[in-house]
Amino acid sequence: MSVFRNVQEYHAHLLVGDVTCEQVVSAYLDRIALHKHLNAFIHLYAEEALHRARAIDARIQRERTLKRLTGVVFGIKDVIAYAHHPLTAASRMLKDFRSVYSATAVERLLQEEAIIIGSLNCDEFAMGSSTENSWFGPTLHPLNPDYVPGGSSGGSAAAVSADLCMLALGSDTGGSVRQPADFCGIIGLKPTYGRISRHGLIAYASSFDQIGIFGKDIADVATTLEVIAGPDEFDSTASPLPVESYQPVNNPEPPSMKLAYMKEALDHPSLDREMKSNIEKLIDWLIQKGHIVDAVHFNYLDVIAPAYYVLTTAEASANLARYDGVRYGYRASTEEGASLDICYQKTRSEGFGKEVKRRILLGTYVLSEGYYDAYYTKAQQVRRLVAEEAYRILHEYTCLLMPTFPTTAFRLGENMDDPVKMYLGDLYTVFANLAGLPAISIPLFRHSNGLPFGLQLVAGRFQEKKLLETAAYLLSHGSTI
Amino acid sequence: MEISDDLIRRLCDLARLNYDEAEAASLKKDLQRMIAFIEKLNEVDTTGVEPLIFLTDHLHPLREDSVSSDLPREQALELAPDRNGSFFQVPPLKTA
Repeated sequence: MSVFRNVQEYHAHLLVGDVTCEQVVSAYLDRIALHKHLNAFIHLYAEEALHRARAIDARIQRERTLKRLTGVVFGIKDVIAYAHHPLTAASRMLKDFRSVYSATAVERLLQEEAIIIGSLNCDEFAMGSSTENSWFGPTLHPLNPDYVPGGSSGGSAAAVSADLCMLALGSDTGGSVRQPADFCGIIGLKPTYGRISRHGLIAYASSFDQIGIFGKDIADVATTLEVIAGPDEFDSTASPLPVESYQPVNNPEPPSMKLAYMKEALDHPSLDREMKSNIEKLIDWLIQKGHIVDAVHFNYLDVIAPAYYVLTTAEASANLARYDGVRYGYRASTEEGASLDICYQKTRSEGFGKEVKRRILLGTYVLSEGYYDAYYTKAQQVRRLVAEEAYRILHEYTCLLMPTFPTTAFRLGENMDDPVKMYLGDLYTVFANLAGLPAISIPLFRHSNGLPFGLQLVAGRFQEKKLLETAAYLLSHGSTI
Repeated sequence: MEISDDLIRRLCDLARLNYDEAEAASLKKDLQRMIAFIEKLNEVDTTGVEPLIFLTDHLHPLREDSVSSDLPREQALELAPDRNGSFFQVPPLKTA
């Protein structure tokens, strides 16, 4: 059995009765077995998913109705809690941890009869851009196993790209949904900060973290957002704004749109030349179609990644203080008579990987006495400048167009020797997180090196509807641009 | 700026991480690069700019102060690496 193009097509077959949820789950399990080498999943819930599928099939038989995500097969990044299932953050620290509750997003997927097939690999505690920092080993790029799938939600992107699940959840603190989606040639949406509850998402940097959605079909991504977005009594930062319909209207010739791109972003020396020229061609095409696409100036491009790393490592150093080996998680064995302090140190040194420790130390540094104002306060001030500039631009324009990442996927090991080399690539994605804006990466291009790459769209706060509509328009013309 | 061994030792102590002689050299190099990277912030004039701290418009929403129990004690203790009856158990609290 081949996989369906989207939920709508799948649901039509479910209602006619020529396919069952059980058959679909079995088909995905077969594909997962065939793609085991990708190491996309950390834990697979095969029996349970089949059991749930059979129960849903029986209900459909009886009631002849479908919920919004009935039988839709999801994978979830292993930083998102699913009650009574493992939750590892791809870390030795939590390798045997099981969550006692579900994330609000997961709870809402389950209420709409989605089926969760397994937990997906990622960089440890979502810190990384390649899914190489995992206690469970790296995930490989689905199109070429010598390359990384991106990160930190690399397992989610690889799984959706290789049709190992229909949709997946990830988390995006500085690009961790959009960048792997870009590398793997699929859609990756990071909604506005606060659009989806963070309850049950393992905290990395709380003023940046946002759950995101991976898919191949824009309407499926919109449906998933409608299901999981909205206020939540367990997360006071979840916005009380009502959830609207995010379904993009299919209009091949929409009225003229007002779009912009940052001149500095396209002229940046790190951007691959071929990618740049593809994006310029797209801009020309849009103008020919009667849309306005203006070049705008943005003066902070080279300082947004530094500001991002100051603030996120500071927040991470505080958030990860809870992993002390006392109440849950890994505890190192200590010699008889060793003190509690020794136990903390040994537990944290053995439980965390290299990149996590580097970021905790940098965060400790920027928050420590004598350096706090020079780095932490300074970065918060830069954050305000960036956010106000972004709001100003997006008050005038519907969306900003930009690359998602300066290059296509890189080789395994290529960026592991120098952390800063890895951080520099984040310049296009951290912008949306610093300002709390919704952004999406859509698969529009293929490089002459054979790898796909996307275009990033960024919209104003809570403008997901316009963001998805613009994305749908570009995707529907994809091959002709 | 120059990163000294003393600074690394102090950061490790604050973050409750072991200071490992073998790892110190490469850690020093990494931190040096990371700090040089964030020093780029000094190029921005931020005179008079209010720090941006909260990304939400709805600060401190209130709710009824009602008692509830979401996590029974026994279930919480199941995850503990070590326990003693209904308590988490840890090594003695004393300086090394």
